[in-house]
Amino acid sequence: MREHNYQKSALLEILHAAHELYGYFDKHLLAHIAERLNLPLSHVYGVASFYHLFKFRKPGEHIISACMGTACYVKGVEEIISAIEREFNVKRGGSTPDGRLSLFVTRCIGACAMAPNITVDNEVIGKATKEVVLDRIRRVLGG
Amino acid sequence: MKSEDILRIAGEEAERQKAYRYRINVCCSSGCIPFGALQVLKAFEGAIKEFGLQRECKVSRTGCVGTCSVGPVVLIEPGGYLYQNVTPKNAREIVRSHIVSGEPVRELLYANESFFKKQLRLVLRNAGRIDPFRIEDYIAVGGYSALIKCLTKMTPREVIDEVIASGLRGRGGAGFPTGQKWNFVAREKNTPKYVVANLDEGDPGVFANRTLAEADPHAIIEGMAIAAYAVGAEKGYIYVRAEYPLAVQTLKEALKQAKSMNLIGSNILETQFSFDVELRLGAGAFVAGEETGILASIEGRRAMPRPRPPYPATSGLWGKPTLIQNVETLANIPLIILNGGRWFAKIGTPKCTGTKCFSLTGKVNNPGLIEVPMGITLREVVFEIGGGVPSGRKFKAVLVGGPSGGCLPESLLDLPIDYESLTKAGAIMGSGGIVVIDDESCMVNTAWFFTDFCVDESCGKCVPCRVGLLKMRNILERIRKGEGRLEDLDILFELGEYVRDVSLCGLGQTAPNPVLTTLRYFKDEYIAHIVDRRCPAGKCFKSQEVVKEARVG
Repeated sequence: MREHNYQKSALLEILHAAHELYGYFDKHLLAHIAERLNLPLSHVYGVASFYHLFKFRKPGEHIISACMGTACYVKGVEEIISAIEREFNVKRGGSTPDGRLSLFVTRCIGACAMAPNITVDNEVIGKATKEVVLDRIRRVLGG
Repeated sequence: MKSEDILRIAGEEAERQKAYRYRINVCCSSGCIPFGALQVLKAFEGAIKEFGLQRECKVSRTGCVGTCSVGPVVLIEPGGYLYQNVTPKNAREIVRSHIVSGEPVRELLYANESFFKKQLRLVLRNAGRIDPFRIEDYIAVGGYSALIKCLTKMTPREVIDEVIASGLRGRGGAGFPTGQKWNFVAREKNTPKYVVANLDEGDPGVFANRTLAEADPHAIIEGMAIAAYAVGAEKGYIYVRAEYPLAVQTLKEALKQAKSMNLIGSNILETQFSFDVELRLGAGAFVAGEETGILASIEGRRAMPRPRPPYPATSGLWGKPTLIQNVETLANIPLIILNGGRWFAKIGTPKCTGTKCFSLTGKVNNPGLIEVPMGITLREVVFEIGGGVPSGRKFKAVLVGGPSGGCLPESLLDLPIDYESLTKAGAIMGSGGIVVIDDESCMVNTAWFFTDFCVDESCGKCVPCRVGLLKMRNILERIRKGEGRLEDLDILFELGEYVRDVSLCGLGQTAPNPVLTTLRYFKDEYIAHIVDRRCPAGKCFKSQEVVKEARVG
């Protein structure tokens, strides 16, 4: 993980590696990175929080990401997201109280021709409808 | 390796490929993979083995053909037979009928000729036709011969002159003349110099750059190496979004192969020219695509733009002269070198030469990735290539240029696509997104969506963008809820112009476009919301009612 020679300019690369390894950042992880790179913690936190890709809370067991790109929005992804929020009592960006399900709204995943797209545990559902998505989530949670 | 070795490999590979009677190209780009393209690839390989056709048939994984809405797609050469919605099951049927019996499976063929008719695929010349993971494939179709030509027959000055003659302009959106930019960097004395390839395609709904990198990564690398030779740079960075894992993978592999063939690295092809390239991953920040933002990000900081001048050409990465180009611009370079700047200048319009890639999405019959000559009209793109809006619906607007582009109405459909015309109409070329909107969408809501996106993505450094956009979003929010006032429209307009004129970088300067264009062309919808408390598309108040109901329930 420290193959970047502790270079300060490689901060973003190191954050990437750490994020991939742990899935999210907590205070200790960022403090550790700051210390080893000899950077202020505020700087490391500032850079990490600037970028949307990095998460600061432990994600749930199952992850749903709804694409909020323009094409998906025009094709009505909003309604699907609201339906998920209602049925599973989860807010976008958060997890269910039992930590079993997280709902994220992501930037464009780039499969715009198949919009709207919803990803359930890394599997993309293209040309998604409310029924198909809700059904898939129920099955994932049930099994 | 020497240049002769590369040319020898090119010849041998071309010979080897000629020996195949059929070539089955399975599109395995991000558009097709989620729908089973890798399984289809496997099924074809299995079927070829089953029928004992390994010697006659080559199955390749390739990049995008463009017809992303009917994926997975498979292209069989010779003849250019394009199969759509292929499943592992009918892969075997296609092999049995098409390859063994010589009879294409008609009912699976993509029958829509109008999609390709008006397109001109130069940048995407190899997309869907070569395997992006094999450098030999690229070399066999003439890849890296432009770099060889530069290194062996041309001086850096001649290379720049050729690019100037081509009239090529930056494809990242702003349209700055490429040759002139090279001139600026070339004349700087300060060393080392850098070349940065911008693949931070942050616009939602745009995937042209990603598709290019997934389909033909070497075209980008070759363009970079030529640029570096011309301006005297010795180090390059490709800045790519981490959200594009496949593009990251193809570029990584391509760099490795190019290095192993000494097409990148020190003393390239045993000449004096050295150029090394590294990949840098973005992490989801729209503003990192801005040219000073990208530099800050590569240096490991928050991607906040800074005032210019000094321009990156004088003081870029670590204060050194830096050439920043969009990857699509770079992919044009090998063609210009091989065919000459004058040849290139004949394509498109006199002021806007060449072609432009667009991702065509939204409410159209044939969404996908297209490449068209500059100067083509929006009508041709939406109705001929795109096949119009799905039946039963009515065309309302076309959004050109991503979240900070403009919404243009039907009356402007005959506008030619070039930098100046689009800007005059209130839109931008941007990185190449065309989203078609039908009468089901509310323009106030659409303007709110993009403004909300830009509020979220504003880096917060300069006040007009940070505060102005927020105010604009709040006013739009009010109108959406049915609490708008007529004077809100004047305030929106005034704020929009203010943010556009005084923001620090391109994000703020273009962010008001959706609001300004919808105010200009769809004012009646705003008025309907405010005066009649009614949403013509039935979007805004309905969703509010649903929320209310949910709360009561």
